[in-house]
Amino acid sequence: MYIHDTIAAISTPLGEGGIGIIRVSGSQAVAIAEKLFRNNRNGGLSSHRFYYGTIVEPATGEVFDEVMLVVMRAPRSYTREDVAEIHCHGGYLLVQKVLSLAIGAGARLAQPGEFTQRAFLNGRIDLLQAEAVIDLIRGKTDAALTLAQHQRQGLLSQRIVAVKQDVLHSLALVEAYIDFPEEDLGAAAGEEIGRFVGKALAQIESLLAGFDEGRVLREGVAVLIAGKPNVGKSSLLNTLLQEQRVIVTSVPGTTRDIIEEIVNINGLPVRMLDTAGIRASEDIVEQEGVRRTIEQIPLADLVLFLLDASRPFDEEDRQIAETLASHRFLVVTNKADLPPVLQLPTSLASAPVLSISTQTGAGIAALREMIFTTFLHGTTVDRRELVALSQARHRDALLKARGVLLGFQSNIAAQLSSDLLAVDLHEALRALGEVIGDTTPDEVLDLIFQRFCIGK
Amino acid sequence: MLVYEKNYDVIVVGGGHAGCEAALASARMGCQTLLLTINLDAIALMSCNPAIGGLAKGHLVKEIDALGGEMGKNIDATGIQFRILNTKKGPAVRASRAQADKQQYRLRMKLVLEQQDRLDLKQGEVTALHVEEGTVLGVATKNGIGYRGNTVILTTGTFMRGLIHIGLTNYPGGRAGDLPSIGLSEHLAQLGFAVGRLKTGTPARLDGRSIDFSRLEPQYGDDPPIPFSFSTVAIEQPQVPCHIAYTNERSHAIIRAGLDRSPLYSGVIEGVGPRYCPSIEDKVVRFPDKERHQTFIEPEGRDTVEVYPSGLSTSLPIDVQIAFYRSIAGLEQVEIMRPAYAIEYDYVDPIQLHASLETKLVRNLYHAGQINGTSGYEEAAAQGLMAGINAALRTKDREPLVFGRSEAYIGVMIDDLVTLGTKEPYRMFTSRAEYRLLLREDNADIRLREKGYEAGLLPETEYRQFLTKLTRIQDELARVQREKVLPSALDPWLVEQYDLAGLQNALTLEQLLRRPDFTYADLARIDRQAEEVPAVVSEQVEIQIKYRGYIERQVEQVERSKKLESARIPQDLDYQELAGLTAEVREKLQKFRPDTLGQASRIAGMTPAAITVLSIALKMRAAR
Repeated sequence: MYIHDTIAAISTPLGEGGIGIIRVSGSQAVAIAEKLFRNNRNGGLSSHRFYYGTIVEPATGEVFDEVMLVVMRAPRSYTREDVAEIHCHGGYLLVQKVLSLAIGAGARLAQPGEFTQRAFLNGRIDLLQAEAVIDLIRGKTDAALTLAQHQRQGLLSQRIVAVKQDVLHSLALVEAYIDFPEEDLGAAAGEEIGRFVGKALAQIESLLAGFDEGRVLREGVAVLIAGKPNVGKSSLLNTLLQEQRVIVTSVPGTTRDIIEEIVNINGLPVRMLDTAGIRASEDIVEQEGVRRTIEQIPLADLVLFLLDASRPFDEEDRQIAETLASHRFLVVTNKADLPPVLQLPTSLASAPVLSISTQTGAGIAALREMIFTTFLHGTTVDRRELVALSQARHRDALLKARGVLLGFQSNIAAQLSSDLLAVDLHEALRALGEVIGDTTPDEVLDLIFQRFCIGK
Repeated sequence: MLVYEKNYDVIVVGGGHAGCEAALASARMGCQTLLLTINLDAIALMSCNPAIGGLAKGHLVKEIDALGGEMGKNIDATGIQFRILNTKKGPAVRASRAQADKQQYRLRMKLVLEQQDRLDLKQGEVTALHVEEGTVLGVATKNGIGYRGNTVILTTGTFMRGLIHIGLTNYPGGRAGDLPSIGLSEHLAQLGFAVGRLKTGTPARLDGRSIDFSRLEPQYGDDPPIPFSFSTVAIEQPQVPCHIAYTNERSHAIIRAGLDRSPLYSGVIEGVGPRYCPSIEDKVVRFPDKERHQTFIEPEGRDTVEVYPSGLSTSLPIDVQIAFYRSIAGLEQVEIMRPAYAIEYDYVDPIQLHASLETKLVRNLYHAGQINGTSGYEEAAAQGLMAGINAALRTKDREPLVFGRSEAYIGVMIDDLVTLGTKEPYRMFTSRAEYRLLLREDNADIRLREKGYEAGLLPETEYRQFLTKLTRIQDELARVQREKVLPSALDPWLVEQYDLAGLQNALTLEQLLRRPDFTYADLARIDRQAEEVPAVVSEQVEIQIKYRGYIERQVEQVERSKKLESARIPQDLDYQELAGLTAEVREKLQKFRPDTLGQASRIAGMTPAAITVLSIALKMRAAR
């Protein structure tokens, strides 16, 4: 464990709370607080005193929130290290933002249970407290398991696994080159290593673009409503928003631009994207809308494929279905209040389908639930917190991995020796391992033996 | 049964590479020691290839040597071709390798054993241990003699229930030409040990007179040869080359046609073989697209015509072997002197050991070498050395010597074995060491000499030599940090060659050495004194300066993990009673029974939360 570095995490449940607390512990805790905190008093921060002030982005001075700040100097703190707690207004985005500022200022995202672990390792926890702490940790363990399951199923972690595979392949090439100098392994694999690392970096870039801090923190997960004109896309958005913000008309193709609105579903901020109708059209403006829609699809975490239950499945629907094939989507059939005509093609037989009516409101609650459970398996605040954490963790890991891999590329160019190049790749794997689990030496060896005919 | 009159401190069972180091270490540390072996003529015999060292293995030999073991000195005295591998890939992965004169190697080691005070050598096959109340008290041999010993070290190699396969023919044997050990592994199973089965193999030995070496590419060793041992001054004996040959499509067709009589593919062999050392039939089956496989034809000695074709082990029938070896260009007329074979043998899963190599089940009993599921002379010798040291320390009531993963390859290997166990023959690779940059061949003495001396193994003279070297390194480091050169005061051609033009301020010699391409040879052109620095000193100074950033990064990682590594888990900890662990984690901990939190964290599937729960449980117990 990282005893000497400074860790930060959100200490309160995320979501609807009135106050959110970000806890920072370690030798840099006070320095980080000083970087982010502004008030109109001069002088340093005394221990165990509550200060009123604001949290700012250190680079720009932009004010984020009014907060209360308390510093608890070692050893009089929970972890026996210097601790700073920032009490800001509750709410998913704000608390995440403050956490990311703390990380930007030099803290590392805490592992589950890490504050307690430090308290223990520093001899802070006594016997009386221990029973209670074990209960606390048990809660964390179960939750961590849920998180692990969630991530196993999650698209994002699958993509991180893919990044890891590429890094692992490069490492296997480097390690084979190091460990088997007398084998006849063919030409130097430098070019191939470069290709794997390049691919890993490209994937990381696209993931970071999709999970860019601003987007996640400001906009949560992105859900795209896709469908041919006049199936009720804007009506659905308005129903979910429960207020009329989008112009709704029955003229096909009215909603030309992408419309974004934030919907709060059980505390999960969902960025709803309404698209221009995807439709074969002569209209240049509308085609522009279609182009934008297709561009948006890869950015969406979930696509709601909206169909009109009162009309047959037609060519336009088929084209959309084809575009969506490789993305995560739900089939939503609207106009359940009208006589049913729609028959789904076999290609959609295995997709989840939900029937709604934007006229009567039927099925809307179920749809909200389904969107929520697509991202979060369950409804408790605890689990929402974990997903939030996991997102920040993903990003943290990816940023670290990117930094190391960029270093690796310049080290290759500088013709650094293989033993040093391997260190970079190991560090990239360790960063990714914080999300998807550590890489064992056997994984590397397995890959070498699969790929190369080794043996003397 | 007759009980022999002497009472030994340490009894070593087996006279292979593990047994020799174990017996020497214990006797040198002052213990009355007995080495028992099935055949005294086969002491330190190289059952497979006639070579010592290679990647990670060379590292192990240097560590053995640094601690006061014999392997490095023995190969230095009997090696017939020395090479440093990976010279261009960085100091951490540079490794020494040498061809041995197989008979000379064995004879010299036997002589060293014979000349060692306090060490008795006896021929005899151990069939049972004498165990009372969970403590070993001695051994019993097949010919009816019992020996009393305070500690026992088992180094049984491939001998326990050894079964030799050539095609579909098989017969019991410990190695071609030697009897197996029968009864000991059943006895160990009765004592409660989990015993498993592994397989390994060796190529045929060929008659060099029937090989047309003029058609093969020779491979010479380094000139001058660089010794393994920190104490060897120079290699004196004449050196010989190896030769490189290749299999071809016809060789592979012969192999494929013989597969129906392969014990491996017909299911006769049950034991698990090593993936990194596959038989030629394995290579041909698994890599059908590879057009040729390389082999080094290694001499078995200077006074013999026998040669060893590396990488061409097989258990196919003898007629297939003959056709196969003769399909290789240059080997068309080759005569087989000893056929290739596979051998199955019993091992005892090393997860049943403490990091001292003492068994968890029987006190004062130690296991080392292939009995622990490893393969390789160097891996065996390293374990033998540690078992010998720790058995000797036990008889003196001293704490065992255990190396961390950041201290030695020996530490990495033993930690892997006792933490994770093994299901296939375990070989050392540098990629198994997470702190590889710290565990170099060149600094094995700096890492370990002190420990060998403290344990009472390293002789005073060698320790003094080491201290002198250490002082010289420190002095030279201080000198290059202190002394400066002013670029403008240098010869213009030096300024140009080393790209120093335009630099106004004086540079320290260290700053120059920090440049990637700037070596001590370069420094000597600028600085007169650098010329007089001995190579062993300048090498250390240069590596320590050039790689400082990376080395410091690894040292930092080591520091971080130290608290976990030093937190010991009591053996009687009941994981079932521990609240807060998932069923999966609980099952793994129950199975692997880690000794420290560090070990626990290396078990696959262990979560940070589980480690926290464990730490808290430990703290609570300590307070109780």
